[in-house]
Amino acid sequence: MMKQLLKCLSLVAAIGFSTLASTAPATAQDCQEGVLCIEMNNPNIEPLPFAAPAFIAESAGADQYARDLAAVVAADLQGSGLFRAISQDAFISQITNFDSPVQYADWKAINAQALVTGAVSVTGDGQIIVKFRLFDVFSENQMGEGLQFVGSTKGWRRMAHKVADAVYSRITGEGGYFDSRTVFVSETGPKNARLKRLAVMDYDGANQQFLTDAQAIVLAPRFSPNGDRVLYTSYESGFPKIYVLDVASVGRRVLQDQPGTMSFAPRFAPNGQDVVFSLTTGSNTDIYKLNLASGQRTQLTSSPAIETAPSYSPDGTQIVFESDRSGTQQLYVMNAGGGEATRISFGQGRYGTPVWSPRGDLVAFTKQNRGRFHIGVMRVDGSGERLLTASFLDEGPTWSPNGRVIMFTRETAGSGGSSTLYSVDISGRNLKAVQANASDPSWSPLLK
Amino acid sequence: MKTFTKVVFLTTSLALAACAKSPFDRSGDAAGAGANGLDNGGVSTSALSPNSPAYFNQTIGDKVLFNVDQSTINDTARATLTQQANWLNTNTTYNAIIEGHADEQGTREYNLALGARRAAAARDFLVANGVADNRLRTVTFGKERPLEVCSTEACYAKNRRAVTVISAGVGS
Repeated sequence: MMKQLLKCLSLVAAIGFSTLASTAPATAQDCQEGVLCIEMNNPNIEPLPFAAPAFIAESAGADQYARDLAAVVAADLQGSGLFRAISQDAFISQITNFDSPVQYADWKAINAQALVTGAVSVTGDGQIIVKFRLFDVFSENQMGEGLQFVGSTKGWRRMAHKVADAVYSRITGEGGYFDSRTVFVSETGPKNARLKRLAVMDYDGANQQFLTDAQAIVLAPRFSPNGDRVLYTSYESGFPKIYVLDVASVGRRVLQDQPGTMSFAPRFAPNGQDVVFSLTTGSNTDIYKLNLASGQRTQLTSSPAIETAPSYSPDGTQIVFESDRSGTQQLYVMNAGGGEATRISFGQGRYGTPVWSPRGDLVAFTKQNRGRFHIGVMRVDGSGERLLTASFLDEGPTWSPNGRVIMFTRETAGSGGSSTLYSVDISGRNLKAVQANASDPSWSPLLK
Repeated sequence: MKTFTKVVFLTTSLALAACAKSPFDRSGDAAGAGANGLDNGGVSTSALSPNSPAYFNQTIGDKVLFNVDQSTINDTARATLTQQANWLNTNTTYNAIIEGHADEQGTREYNLALGARRAAAARDFLVANGVADNRLRTVTFGKERPLEVCSTEACYAKNRRAVTVISAGVGS
């Protein structure tokens, strides 16, 4: 049951994805008059008011889940900045039965444009069954089919995220991003002796879990395309080297060791089989590709400049990276096989850490100009540059699975300075802190 | 990693836990300005033997500084590195790891590559002055291990450094 429903969901997301990818830059749906809808490209977007009453507990032991599920759904939607949750105190109607007709007038009266109802039951063998429906209150219609998710009670938050993803997707016409995780570096200790550990959490900061101890500095973890592995840089040998870690078993191995060299800035290719990274020999840092199966290594750049931070286009045919071959850090695009590269950044200042968006239409980057740091986006040909943030030190963007939100590291100045993960919508709205004492986020794809 | 216990982590001091293991054994009294030798405690400043790592660290100076985004060896650095080379040429039982560091005003990956350039520049100078290539290794710490923690140029200037960390060599 669950598998079929999930398949159905991911199919919806896939269709939305390909439509968007074919039109660059991405254009969201055009809303039709009288239908519940958020037009994503509207620059003056007003958060859409919705009601998510506590889900109906349909079995013994489901009461707490019923309340918590509705709360997480509401937090997901509101947290996107596109929706506004109406307080339960304002509700006129109560939902007491999942299958009873909706009293639309009561929800119109409090201006709830969308209504999310749900039911939850717990089975004897520790399974949880979550059902939900979405209603367009003002047109008095149910939006789409009801969906049902089945999973273990331990994974109840994921059920809530799946419900929220379906709601988000139906109203915006784009894929969701709530059922996803972030791998990052957890930080403790003073600035000159900081302890760093790999950690993973749900996209919203819940369910945090460490993947390494704090014995060695670890940097910049990157999820594999299906989220099963993480590439990262560790000093456990005393020198920076790339490791690949299996998320389920937490087992790790060094990627490939060539004595006397240092390696960092790894990233998976979309095929999950190739890895691009920087290798430093002597004073020179170039970009290489390694095939994980064969161990075959290919050099992709060969200038005396610093070439680092490579990131594949989602179709795997191109790589965006940074190089100081012109004298300062700038962004370049080359074919995945290496060779001639085209510079795409031409604004004032320096550009680094480019990351290709999952839709293929944009590159996110760190910009450094006049002593300030920015997270920004530009089209893949370098046009349409927009800066989304500004601070003492913002760096290292990572894309949400649907390409709508960027998470990054913000570090504060001075001896007491610390790092915090922030997220921001690609419109520049909805900047917010996600996780304190953390750096170098990498956002997973939507979980399967 | 599975056998790692919280007890070990909690009872290890921050300074110790910050030490990365090196394939080179570090000499006990060689604590200098490197990422793994922040504390110089316990080293007597009187009557240092010219052949001791402490003399290298304190009298000659174990670190050289760089301009913003540069890895060029300036005149001050040249003088220090010349003495470092002389010391290493005299005390051939020691090896060295040269650490390259950057200030915090840069992105993480770029600073790793920049630190590597600085370490290599110092290494190349030592080699040009007679130190055998196979006694030296380089490592970059990027902006991960600042010596000074303020966010002004006064601190940044001290953090843009290459540190020659003396280690026990094969013959010692």
